[in-house]
Amino acid sequence: MTGSFIHPALIMIAGALLLPFIRGPFRKPYLCLVPILAFCDVLYLNQFPGTYGVITFMDRWTLVFGRIDNLSTIFAFIMALMAIIGTIYGLHVEDEWQHIAAWFYVAGSLGVIYSGDYLVLFLFWEMMAFASTFLIWFNTDKDALAAGYRYLLVHTFGGVMLLFGFVLRYQATGDLSFSLLDEHNTQLYTWLIMIGLMLNAAVPPLHSWLPDAYSKASITGAVFMCAFTTKTAIYTLARAFAGFDILIVLGVVMAIYGIIYAILENDIRRLLGWEIVSQVGYMVAGVGIGTALAINGTCAHAFAHILYKGLLFMGAGAIIHCTGQSKLTELGGLYRKMPLTLLFMVVGGISVSAFPFFSGFVSKSMIITASFESHLYWAAFLLTAVSAGTFLVAGLRLPYLIFFGASRCTPATWEKAADPVWNMRLAMWIAAFFCLLIGSYLPFLYSMLPHADVAFHPYTIPHMAETLQILAFTALAFYFLKGRLAARAAISLDLDWFYRMAGRGFLWLAEKPLQWLDTAWGAAYRVVGLVSLMTIARFSAWFDWNGIDGVVDGTARFVQGLGGRISVLLQKGQIQMTLYYAITFVALFLAAYVWL
Amino acid sequence: MIVRFIDWLKQWPRTVRVLSLVAAAAIVIWSLAAVDTHHAHTWVEQHIPGFWAIFGFLAASVLIFIAGWLGKCGIQTREDYYDR
Repeated sequence: MTGSFIHPALIMIAGALLLPFIRGPFRKPYLCLVPILAFCDVLYLNQFPGTYGVITFMDRWTLVFGRIDNLSTIFAFIMALMAIIGTIYGLHVEDEWQHIAAWFYVAGSLGVIYSGDYLVLFLFWEMMAFASTFLIWFNTDKDALAAGYRYLLVHTFGGVMLLFGFVLRYQATGDLSFSLLDEHNTQLYTWLIMIGLMLNAAVPPLHSWLPDAYSKASITGAVFMCAFTTKTAIYTLARAFAGFDILIVLGVVMAIYGIIYAILENDIRRLLGWEIVSQVGYMVAGVGIGTALAINGTCAHAFAHILYKGLLFMGAGAIIHCTGQSKLTELGGLYRKMPLTLLFMVVGGISVSAFPFFSGFVSKSMIITASFESHLYWAAFLLTAVSAGTFLVAGLRLPYLIFFGASRCTPATWEKAADPVWNMRLAMWIAAFFCLLIGSYLPFLYSMLPHADVAFHPYTIPHMAETLQILAFTALAFYFLKGRLAARAAISLDLDWFYRMAGRGFLWLAEKPLQWLDTAWGAAYRVVGLVSLMTIARFSAWFDWNGIDGVVDGTARFVQGLGGRISVLLQKGQIQMTLYYAITFVALFLAAYVWL
Repeated sequence: MIVRFIDWLKQWPRTVRVLSLVAAAAIVIWSLAAVDTHHAHTWVEQHIPGFWAIFGFLAASVLIFIAGWLGKCGIQTREDYYDR
């Protein structure tokens, strides 16, 4: 099928480019059609493992766009599936730019997953970073603009680290292929690549961007973001750094760090963001353990995580959409007004908490079992402790403070609250269905895992007993200590303090000393430079007026008119829109160059 | 339907509480009586009865206390901290 390799990213990009022309009654069917087509394409491609889309670039480098093997198939499957769910969730959004940004973002993720070398990886990696930045900027929240800039700057830093890393590696080895790196022969480039990839996986200390950005993104934007960036990074880590011991330590630290901040958090999407950090910690630890069972567990958990976390973010989005509030201190007692949303949040919550018959139960336990089998008891026990914390936060604290307990809503919020529109409900039904399917029908997920020869049986009696004991007694601890878990109107300082304060310091530097220097320089210039300049200018003006003008005038007026019209269209004075157009053109140019 | 079910449960808070405790106790008793832990990974699982119940309770409590303590140490601050 070499001749018929159509990259699913290409379908998403082409679909995004055509979207502005599809209007009226055709818009919604079209919005559903494109991700479904991409999903069918992924299903088709996944049946034919191999290397496709190999292109020689500038006669020197071989670019691989389609590496389809047992690791990339499962990730491509879940990303394409989540693209369908996310798009359905956002069907009611009229602004086509949001869909375009989301689809470019999905295309970036699919491109990374199928890429076989660092150049292609980097191209799609940056596409993801830029497209997702716009998902933040499309939010109308007053802090979204600043959060988007922070997100973009942090990811640019990560991208540059990755770029340095693979360029150094190319210089040292002449190899651009994206494959497993050698743990026993680590070089500077190994660490640089690892930093670049780890930043996207939100591994501490490179994690602060995640809760910051995901709590400020647009409602549908956050649903996309919670699925793609970190799990694509997990895929790349599993590809390049499987078995690196340092990742076990970092993963466990990450799991604990995330859950502690989630316990303190007041903003619902920030809380869920912290919990992503915590859950991705399991996956990072799984990659670090690196055995066949651990890699299977990582893939399974990433798969399950995308669905239940997508469901939780959709539920949180529905609450924000329908009440206008995102803080636990402004919510409470909403089960009467939003019963379906409650149901979905609870399904998401018990899936992440690893209830039997829900998705987390069959995926998380695989990583914990892998750490027991590798005799990493400290990691296994700490990860189990975090899973108790996960139930505490997502299964108990979050639903309790949103839907039960005393209502802290204002009368206006209470009046507004209701279950969301049909398309949001449909998307949540689909995600909830898959959460149950994964947990109850094992072959669905397990047949896709990369190491097919490794068997794992989650439904054993000791495992059931272990899980039920932990869940029951965590609930008991919650019952006794729920006063300590109450909503507090506060924020938690994190490592982003450093770059936020550094930014402020730079601003001060720019405002005070540099501004003074600029003023002084301007004054000196006026005195010395201006007189001589004016003399020259007067002469050239005379020459221009009498000599050249006659010929040029006609052309100039035409260009001015055209330029003016394009400027009005493209430069609306918002720097992020200007950036958007610039990046779109660069992306189009690159895509055209590579594919044509 | 969901609302009616929750409202119905809320009429019997005491019963719900007692039933939940009975369920937790039943889980532990079942684990002690019927679950074979000889093939568990670690010594503690094999020899401490109801180990995971104790572990779950302690883990949740410890996490809550660590979070509360860190919050009091200055991690938690006023909401307009970055806006001043």
